[in-house]
Amino acid sequence: MWKFIVRRLVITFPQIILLSVLVFIMAQMMPGDALSGMIDPNIDPAAIEKQRENLGLNDPWHERYVDWVGGLLQGDLGESFRFKMEVTELVEQRLINSFWLGVATLFFTYLIAIPLGIISGRWNDTWGDQLITGYTYIGFATPLFIFALVMLWVFGFQLQWFPTGGSVEPGLTPGSFDYVWSKFQHLLLPALSLALIATVNTVQYLRSEIVDTKQKDFIITARAKGASESRVYNRHIFRNSLLPIAAFFGFEITGLIGGTVFVEQIFGYPGMGLLFMESILLRDYTVVIAVVLLFGIASILGALISDIILSLVDPRIRIK
Amino acid sequence: MSEKLLEIKNLKTSFRIKDDYYAAVDDVTLTLNKNEVLGIVGESGSGKSALAFSVMGLHNRAKIEGNILFKDQDIANISPAKLNKLRGDDMAMIFQDPLTALNPLMIVGDQISETLLLHKKNMSQKQRKDRVISLLDQVGIPYPEHVYNQFPHELSGGMRQRVIIAIAIANQPELLIADEPTTALDVTIQAQILDLIKDLKDDMNTGIILITHDLGVVAEMADRVAVMYAGQIVEIADVHTLFENPLHPYTRSLLNSVPNTQEGQDKLHVIQGIVPSLSKLPREGCRFAARMPWIDESVHEENPVLHEIKPGHFVRCTCHKHFYFPDESKEDSNHGVS
Repeated sequence: MWKFIVRRLVITFPQIILLSVLVFIMAQMMPGDALSGMIDPNIDPAAIEKQRENLGLNDPWHERYVDWVGGLLQGDLGESFRFKMEVTELVEQRLINSFWLGVATLFFTYLIAIPLGIISGRWNDTWGDQLITGYTYIGFATPLFIFALVMLWVFGFQLQWFPTGGSVEPGLTPGSFDYVWSKFQHLLLPALSLALIATVNTVQYLRSEIVDTKQKDFIITARAKGASESRVYNRHIFRNSLLPIAAFFGFEITGLIGGTVFVEQIFGYPGMGLLFMESILLRDYTVVIAVVLLFGIASILGALISDIILSLVDPRIRIK
Repeated sequence: MSEKLLEIKNLKTSFRIKDDYYAAVDDVTLTLNKNEVLGIVGESGSGKSALAFSVMGLHNRAKIEGNILFKDQDIANISPAKLNKLRGDDMAMIFQDPLTALNPLMIVGDQISETLLLHKKNMSQKQRKDRVISLLDQVGIPYPEHVYNQFPHELSGGMRQRVIIAIAIANQPELLIADEPTTALDVTIQAQILDLIKDLKDDMNTGIILITHDLGVVAEMADRVAVMYAGQIVEIADVHTLFENPLHPYTRSLLNSVPNTQEGQDKLHVIQGIVPSLSKLPREGCRFAARMPWIDESVHEENPVLHEIKPGHFVRCTCHKHFYFPDESKEDSNHGVS
């Protein structure tokens, strides 16, 4: 069991190294560098070339890669060209915002998916199931960016139940109750929009797991023991069906990243997704690289978490 | 000795296919006494398991007609709560596939313990664990304390079948239904499992319904045998009579299909055709008629019923008087009662 986790962790390192190489090479392939475009055209090209040499921009790519990774390991992600501040500093607050958005979204995702999946699976092919399945099909078919806009328009502008942008009301002291409450209010609508769409996968997955497990032979064994219907469901069917869902938790994180890019853009929520969009539009390459790298690492860690959860909950996976 | 434990009267279990109901068990009447082993034999699809599931109330969406009297209580259409009190306690079932009949995510100990938990409310956790370990020991599992904490996938097929038996006998049931308990196992393990079931019967005075298509198992274990074909009982007799003087063409065909090692036969005897599927079953006349086409159709009864040939020996339809195998002459067939 521990062996499995250690082995799985060891695999993660080459994955992250490969990721960093790919991100670095792709960044290098982007046209231009820090000394092109923004430089006064009157400066002597020879001087620019000399500056390039000084900054090490003419070194072979692997030397520059080692240099870059060396900086990364010391927590140095470079400096933003546009904001003229350390990327780490820029990313920090955004990362915290995105983290809370992710937590709230995952919370709502499971809050919706588990009861709906259970109802749909236990009473499959009833009108209740058809209603839920109908919702999931609509959810599959609705693009997130359209749905988020509709949510924003209805609940933000028309009903004015929620704030329509930002992550906190300006002028509040950080740490006070009002500040936290305001943060929560700003979080609610984007998280709900994302969750209502993202949850349909989990609903369908849980439903089919339950329908599948219901027909297994060991369920007949449980009934033959004299277990009541509710015990059969709670102890045997739901437990066995929820475990693979738990294992999907990590991949859910990966899926969230794509969603946050849309949602943060639409709600003007200052998180990593919005930073990603802004930095691309502003050609702020150091920030783009940092954000892509962090997204990549989050995906790898998501897969890692999934595998570890799966090994914890399913005894058949554990490696001896 | 001959105290009635289970009495099945005119049981008809039907399944819905599209808009019609089709009977998988059709008008079955049976009795089982305490401390008796009743073998039920027949090909796959003859309704043996459907009968067993009906008695245990394990069918999900079936229409059940007739009566199933268990200790004089009709359990055919009993409330789920009352049925759950009986299942696992007074009556239990051994399932045929040890690879799928156990919950893959639950340790073996907990799966056996669940039966105790459901029916012996006043047992402490410690008592339950001790009982489970003694049960594991009783069914011949080595290192029961160790196996208690193992998952099903860590055990072999034979071991898992023993665990399933341990679950079934945990509360010393009065009625035990064994649905092909040895089909999935190899022959040496088969013998051990059968001995185990025999010992249990002697220890606990249990009435056993043994469902199998292995005639050797029936000969070894059963006191009486019922032969089922297409949802009906076609012949029922005590085990000696059935093997020495089989009457119904189906019974004779089954026995004839057993390979004989002594006479060095070159060809395996087979029964022509296959068991018809549920929706294509002939509902009138002798159901076996289609598989003995060389016999004149006029010998069958219009509505075959069970005839008592000798006390305790019942045969359906009168066609057995005229039956012969295609490779023997008509005269040879006149053995037994005619």
